[in-house]
Order: sequence, then structure tokens, then C-alpha cells
Amino acid sequence: MQDLLHDVVAKYNYWAALILLLIGLYGMIAKNNLLKKVIGMSIFQSAIILFYVSIGHKKGASIPILIHGHGDVAHQAIDPTLYANPLPHVLMLTAIVVGVSTLGVALAVLQKIYRVHGTIEEDELLETIEK
Amino acid sequence: MKQIAFLIICAIGVLLLVAAGDFPDWGDPHSPASVYLSPHFIEKTMEETSVPNMVTAVLADYRGYDTMFETIVIFCAGITVLTVLRRTHRKKEKIARPRPSRKDADIILQAASRILVPVMQIFALYVVAHGHHSPGGGFQGGVILGASFILMAISYDLKMVLKRLKEKTVLRLSGIGVLIYVGIGAVCLLLGGNFLAYASWSTLLGITELEAHSHGMLGVEVGVAITVMAIMFSLYVDLASGGDLDEGL
Repeated sequence: MQDLLHDVVAKYNYWAALILLLIGLYGMIAKNNLLKKVIGMSIFQSAIILFYVSIGHKKGASIPILIHGHGDVAHQAIDPTLYANPLPHVLMLTAIVVGVSTLGVALAVLQKIYRVHGTIEEDELLETIEK
Repeated sequence: MKQIAFLIICAIGVLLLVAAGDFPDWGDPHSPASVYLSPHFIEKTMEETSVPNMVTAVLADYRGYDTMFETIVIFCAGITVLTVLRRTHRKKEKIARPRPSRKDADIILQAASRILVPVMQIFALYVVAHGHHSPGGGFQGGVILGASFILMAISYDLKMVLKRLKEKTVLRLSGIGVLIYVGIGAVCLLLGGNFLAYASWSTLLGITELEAHSHGMLGVEVGVAITVMAIMFSLYVDLASGGDLDEGL
């Protein structure tokens, strides 16, 4: 019990990301409406982004921008524990924008499907295609 | 179906929760993610690139190839939406969309956006140009710039914005952004360096190699910002009007 409590308190960032991820996955599998599936995919993506950004955090660390970085301080010693890990930020920065683009493509395809078939419900789509 | 999905989700959830127990604590400075490669970036970025913002330095310099292809992905996404949705000749059987009448356009919204849009655009340019020294960069600035045009389209009219920023111009801009990025890399090749190794620019611009890194990053970020701005606006325009470009939301 004590171990579990420690796990929940010390790792609640992973738990939050996991719950979001499962909500998104459930939406993608169980929902019948294609738009709701896309929303599920978006939630899934947000969970991954949250997971990565939380990995980059260090307790008591600042944002990954050097303090007094403008002057002639290039050769002073820099303590890596004072700055958050920049790598997850970089990866997620591009992932967010690419996520928006894929969302745009998904919505465009949905609009096209609606224009051709008149519905975006999965079962109704299967019926109209089989006819 | 829903019960099966729920069972699958529960099974995956239990597995992932068990795995999460093995992860390092949140905020642990000695977690594996923070001790392998990132100390090098934190300690050496200023020395090697003279850019205090490590995120920008890693994004545009160390991982320049990755960012270049991300920009191309965004470009391709914009082109895909265009080819899927865009209709030039009107067909008779149009799908009815809810069309708000423009007679009772909201005057408060219009007045507020008239003040907001210039501020947003100036701020976006600041975010792009100052991305080395403060939080910011090409992607963020480009999105803010695109959002300012989308705000105009929402508060006024899609046609009014398209009169000022034509569809052809938007598409040209999105291509120009990618070309700026690739061009800066290609010039490095011509000057005898590696692709996207900005140090080669120093002979052309007459500056030290450190400054060349910084300026090369700025040029690359400008290219990214132009592409992102154009594609964000193009996505909104096509999705909101269903590809007809007549009237948006």
C-alpha cells in the first residue's frame, strides 16, 4: 500500500498521460462516428505530447534558455541540472504542428466522405458502399 | 463492440500502469532521459552556436534535417487538403451548410479584431526574430501569424481576407518558405561545407563562424514561419468553406 501510494505521488505525470491515452484509444476503437474517431486520435496525440514534455522536467530547473546568454559568458561552467531537458521540447514542438496538419488532412477527408456518401457514420457508410 | 473495446482498453491500461511503475520519478534530474545526450546540448550550445535558447539551437542546427522534413510534411499536408477539397467549378448539387447572414455582423467583434490583428502580427514577427534569445521560433511565430489571418476571416468575411491575401499568394508563400530552408542548406554545399552546416556562411557574410550559426538559424526559422503561416491559413480556408472559398463559418 505504501509502495502504491509512493508510485502514485511520485509518478502522477505518467498516470495522467496514460489515462488520456486510454480515453483517446477508446474513442478511436469504440466510436461509430468518424469525426469522433478523429477527436480520439487528437486526444491520443495530446497524451503523447504531455508524456514527452513531462519527461523533460527536472525538479527546480528553469526553462532551457541560458540565463545571461547575451554577453561574454560563453565559457563559464554551466550546471545541466539547472535547465530543463531541451530534447523533448524540440521533438514535441514539431510534433504539435505536424499533429495540426494531420488533423487538417483528416478533417478534409471527412468532408470529402460526407460530400460523396452523405454520412460519416461507420455502419451507414458500410451499407452504402456495399450497395 | 463497445464492451470488447472497453475490455481491450482495460487490458492495455493495466499493462501500461504496471510498466509506469518502473519509470523514474517525475522531475528526477538523474533520470536516463536527462543524463545521456541533453547535458551536451545544455553545456555546449552557447559555445558551439552562440544561441542561448537551446530549443531553437537543437531544432534548427543540431537537428536541422529533421526540421526541414517536418516543414515539408506541413507543406504536403496543405497540398493534400487542397487537392482533396478544392472545387473550382460550382456544381448544382451543393451541400447545404449553415450560412450566417452577414447583415448582422457583430460590430464589437470586428472592432476588437481590428485592434488585435496588428498587435498579433507584430508579436508574431517578434517571436520569429527573437526566437534565439527568448521562447519562440519559426513554428510558434508562424502559427500566431496564421491565427491573425484566421481571426480576420472569422470576425469579418472570408472574401474580405482572400481579397488581401489571395489563394495563389498563400500557396506561393508556402513553397517559398520551404525553398528558403532548403536554399540556405544548399548554399552551404556550394560554399564547400556540409548541407545545413551554417558555419560555411561565414565567408560569404564576412562574420565569424559562431555568428554564422546564429544567422543561419534565423534564416531557416523565417522559412519555417512563412510555410507554417501559409499552410495554417490555407487549411482553415479550405476546411471552413468546404473547398469553395465563397464563405466561411
